Amino acid sequence: MRSLANFLDSFGAILLAIIWIAPLLFAFWAATHSTSDAVNLELYSPWTMDNFRVAWDGAPWLKYFINTFMLVTVILIGQFILTTLAGFAFAQLQFPGKEFIFILVLMQLFILPEVLIVENYAMVSRLGLFDTILGVGMPYMASAFGIFLMRQSFKSVPIELHEAARIEGCGLLGILWRVYVPLAKPTYLAYGLVSVSTHWNNFLWPLIVTNSPETRPLTVGLSIFGAPENGVDISVISAATMMSVAPLLIAFLIFQRQFVQAFLRAGIK
Amino acid sequence: MSAHVNLERRRQAINGWLLFSPAAVLLTTFAFYPSVATLWSSMFSRGTRRRPTEFVGTENYVDLFADPTFWLVVKNNLIYAAATIPVSIGIALAMALWANSKISARGFVRTAYFTPTVLPMIAAANLWLFFYTPGLGVLDQIGSLFGLPSVNWLGQPETALWAIIIVTIWKEAGFFMIFYLAALQTIPEDLREAADIEGASRWTYTRRIVLPLLMPTTLFIAVNAVINSVKLIDHLFILTKGGPSDASKLILYYIWEMAFAFFHAPQAAALTILVIAVLGIVAAVQFFYLDRRTHYQ
Repeated sequence: MRSLANFLDSFGAILLAIIWIAPLLFAFWAATHSTSDAVNLELYSPWTMDNFRVAWDGAPWLKYFINTFMLVTVILIGQFILTTLAGFAFAQLQFPGKEFIFILVLMQLFILPEVLIVENYAMVSRLGLFDTILGVGMPYMASAFGIFLMRQSFKSVPIELHEAARIEGCGLLGILWRVYVPLAKPTYLAYGLVSVSTHWNNFLWPLIVTNSPETRPLTVGLSIFGAPENGVDISVISAATMMSVAPLLIAFLIFQRQFVQAFLRAGIK
Repeated sequence: MSAHVNLERRRQAINGWLLFSPAAVLLTTFAFYPSVATLWSSMFSRGTRRRPTEFVGTENYVDLFADPTFWLVVKNNLIYAAATIPVSIGIALAMALWANSKISARGFVRTAYFTPTVLPMIAAANLWLFFYTPGLGVLDQIGSLFGLPSVNWLGQPETALWAIIIVTIWKEAGFFMIFYLAALQTIPEDLREAADIEGASRWTYTRRIVLPLLMPTTLFIAVNAVINSVKLIDHLFILTKGGPSDASKLILYYIWEMAFAFFHAPQAAALTILVIAVLGIVAAVQFFYLDRRTHYQ
């Protein structure tokens, strides 16, 4: 009885897993076969890399890759600095208005930058940041999620360590840098992974704020490349899609243990 | 002595504000100010060359409520939420229970479930396009094996929204699974042993012990799923563009369209305010009601 249940469990789990990666497998298969073989599902047709060549020549992908890379880097650096400082203030310092402001910050978890696209677009234009990578990144730097996460992490640091560092003559920033930041490494790792994958994949805001291949990230480039008006066929689109997801996907497959562990360890519950 | 305490308190206040100030500046610039500005501009008319913008009070809202597309979009988004939230949570729970149990190929299973999470929504849409395309798509190919007629999943009003919903569920279930997995690992093994000794079946154990312990996680995920039901619209740009005849159009897409395709910013602002109001209610429920039980400390 028990072994039958176990078998059914394994069967169900694996069936669901296959369904879940099927779209990716089909796209991979389509990308590596000629269009007519792909749409006719010719299982024994020959492999080809032509689609990748056609896709690569069809758009400035290298520039897109660099833009996306720059974008996630800029956002990550900004987020680490801002959320560390703010998270520390909320976790360990008493200042007037703290409770109220913290609730205001948490409100941003709900009122997402995505919803405020109209006014944020006006703001970015006013700041002269339209069609710049900084303009795409800035609204996300003071992330409420990050501030919240850092606060939680800093709160769990024993106050004795703080006191000891102070007696040793450390200033406030010194204490933050030498005591709190090293102890929060797992949180930084988890937050970094979440942030990079979020912004690598972000689309709507970059679509609005970028207007040239010089700043356009991969997702926007991919959407333009795949637009039906361009008459690109499905194998080529699949190849372009595989290309643009490859870096993150490969990184995930290699580091998936860390990836999942990071989530679990950060105590995001 | 009290002077010393006072000094220390003042120093903390200054330091606290100084440390918070960079975040405060950006939050004000890109969250607080735009929220207020949106409310403000939702009360003005659209300026044209001949007629400058003028204060119109609630006119934009009245126009919005008189717009049948608005109601269709709201209805679509409610269906979208009502379908994606429970289904993706249910699947996530099943995934987590499986990924946490002793089954064969557990590593592969976990990876497969989580993989869609690291893909951009745009890429996901491209992958699914290959499934949905009439005649050539995988679904039609499979259907034709059983003699079923070709279906234009994305091209007909009855199925377009559901095609969108399926992609969303596919995308977010694996992400929610992670939170359940994290929670499952905090459940002490003793409980399972105790249940075994008591002769409780696996189903009873899951229903009476595991699920109640997962309640806080479920609430957290549910709030995230609600937010996602507003936010996850990227795939519309690839799959349907809101069509056919607005059958799959969702609110955020409509906001984008009004502001950046029809250039009717005040109307878009009015709609934005409505969305913010709804999200604000969700936030209030979360803070003042749910937080009591799921305490974050």
